[in-house]
Amino acid sequence: MLLTIENTTAYCYTGGKAFNPNQPTAVFIHGAQNDHSVWALQTRYFAHHGWNVLAVDLPGHGRSGGAAKTKVEELARWILAVLDSAGAPRAMLVGHSMGSLIALEAAHLAPDRVSHLAMLGSTYPMKVSPALLETSLNDEQAAIDMVNIWSHSSIAQKPSFPGPGFYAMGGARRLKQRIAALNPDHVFHTDFFACNAYANGEIAAASVHCPTLFIVGARDMMTPPKSTWLLTAAIAHGTVVQVDSGHELMAEQPDAVLDALFAFAQNTPA
Amino acid sequence: MSGPKYPGFDTLSLHAGAAPDPATGARATPIHFTSSFAFKSSEHAASLFNMERAGHVYSRISNPTNAVLEERIAALEGGVAGIATASGQAAMHLGLSTIAGTGSHIVASRALYGGSHNLLAYTLKRFGIETTFVDPRDVDAWRAAIRPNTKVLFAETLGNPGLDVLDIPQIAALAHEQQLPLMLDSTFTTPYLLRPFEHGADLVFHSATKFLCGHGTAIGGLLVDGGTFDWQAAYDKTGRFAELCEPYEGFHGMVFAEESTVAPFALRARREGLRDFGAVMSPHNAFAILQGIETLGLRMDRHVANTRKVIDFLLANPAVESVSYPELPSHPDYELAKTLLPKGAGGVFTFRLRGDRAAGQRFVDSLKIFSHLANVGDAKSLVIHPASTTHFRVPDDQLAQAGITQGTMRLSVGLEDADDLIEDLARGLKLSQKGA
Repeated sequence: MLLTIENTTAYCYTGGKAFNPNQPTAVFIHGAQNDHSVWALQTRYFAHHGWNVLAVDLPGHGRSGGAAKTKVEELARWILAVLDSAGAPRAMLVGHSMGSLIALEAAHLAPDRVSHLAMLGSTYPMKVSPALLETSLNDEQAAIDMVNIWSHSSIAQKPSFPGPGFYAMGGARRLKQRIAALNPDHVFHTDFFACNAYANGEIAAASVHCPTLFIVGARDMMTPPKSTWLLTAAIAHGTVVQVDSGHELMAEQPDAVLDALFAFAQNTPA
Repeated sequence: MSGPKYPGFDTLSLHAGAAPDPATGARATPIHFTSSFAFKSSEHAASLFNMERAGHVYSRISNPTNAVLEERIAALEGGVAGIATASGQAAMHLGLSTIAGTGSHIVASRALYGGSHNLLAYTLKRFGIETTFVDPRDVDAWRAAIRPNTKVLFAETLGNPGLDVLDIPQIAALAHEQQLPLMLDSTFTTPYLLRPFEHGADLVFHSATKFLCGHGTAIGGLLVDGGTFDWQAAYDKTGRFAELCEPYEGFHGMVFAEESTVAPFALRARREGLRDFGAVMSPHNAFAILQGIETLGLRMDRHVANTRKVIDFLLANPAVESVSYPELPSHPDYELAKTLLPKGAGGVFTFRLRGDRAAGQRFVDSLKIFSHLANVGDAKSLVIHPASTTHFRVPDDQLAQAGITQGTMRLSVGLEDADDLIEDLARGLKLSQKGA
């Protein structure tokens, strides 16, 4: 689905189904230097089980135009504009890594429009080391490889992503390279900058009253489970589900993540 | 900033795609010799069929043993996905048929394995896919052959029979300038000697029967998607590759390029090509090829070392007119080989024996270690005399055009003791000249 947000094309993957205003909507928000395709093994299921899916390509990523935004707050407002444009008054927001902060901030900005909040591979503050920030600016390929290696817990994930025969680590690397090729304007650095600069996490978390789910990867080196405590403490009503994965939770444990998300979406009253 | 490193080639050869079996603890990859896989529920079945979840349904589409092999070759090549097929020919056909159909055109190197040439020149032509063959060293010929309906440029990393080294960066640059992918047969080089994606190729296939299996046992092929080619961008600019960028009726209107940003080709190849053509690899063969790949690096080093010793011997033997191998300064691609093949130019080469067709037959018939057969890449050394076998009916003038003389011999140097191989060849060369 192509939308127009701030006079620029915005792409949303819909799982192969047209938007139905009579159905609930789930918005899936990817992390740094990624796009909608990281949610392949969650979104298609949602779309074929009674939900509208809007898996966005954030501005400057993948098929969405414009420049990558430098502030989580701007990205949160952009997500709310996606809801407006798609005709979804309310939605479940699902975010991974940087996307989880965007979802959190959107829930803070517009609590009436967020029915559920799901944060995967999240932490706050989401500090990025000065060395990685600099590398992402000056040697993007090196930064891609660092993050790719740190984000995977195994070279033998099963059933692999997006299916048998695919080498998940190779696919994740190529996707980050593709994002860089489509937009050479230092997207990775901009994303890291936005994560690093976001300072409203505690206030935003304290304001969240909607049902909330945290999914953490037991072997996540980017956002280790123990680093999520500030968020889980602030959103004490939230549920924490741990899966056996690194930071690429949706690819390494697609079924466990899907099952946790769908049960949360279906069974938790908004 | 110094950072973490990816596992090295030999580590990937042993571990990529495989972990101890979660059900039994088996350390070796089990042979999942089953046609089909039980569903957990009707709902689970439906979600697998509709690509909502990943998993195995039926071994024509995917199989856990094959998946380990597929993920391993993808890791070794630096790609995003592999597909195991019944043979190298099946891998080539799957790759081409995923993006080409009636009315399509292919530009291919003329220095190809005979089976590949047959598929392109005769069989695909019968299905409305035309091929123009060009000198692989002539970039202008490649460029001139491209048409609006061209779908892919195709060549071998080391051409047949002259071991022409393809200038991959140059041909890939041309392909990408024209919004076309470059597909390569990388059988002779294997990912140990050459990783084509690092030089600009987009799709690679292997006859895994050869060096990957390495023991002359299983027939199999592997098609690898590098994830490098932007099919959507090419579609937007040229209208090509609607197969990947427009809804596919055969799968509920799925748009493969939306499902996967980097691997729509592999998605369609599996979900259409394997599903409908059905040329899938047996899991028994996948296991045999996995066993071979575990020692690929060790074996390729030995193949190359033995080949160099054998060539040194042949160059000094008066019964030998010439040797064609890209590591020799006399080879037209000597400089290019130094750049693209720093670990070695492989274990297959040709040489010209002095004398007529009968001399060649005497040479072949007198060998005791080299086996006379039509294969390469075995752990055991192999020889074939094209003029009396594969090219028996070809007139001399056409043989010459193909770079073959009555005395041309193709050797595939194995892993035996090099001294024994040289002794075998010395005897054969001596006998070949008797009665000449």
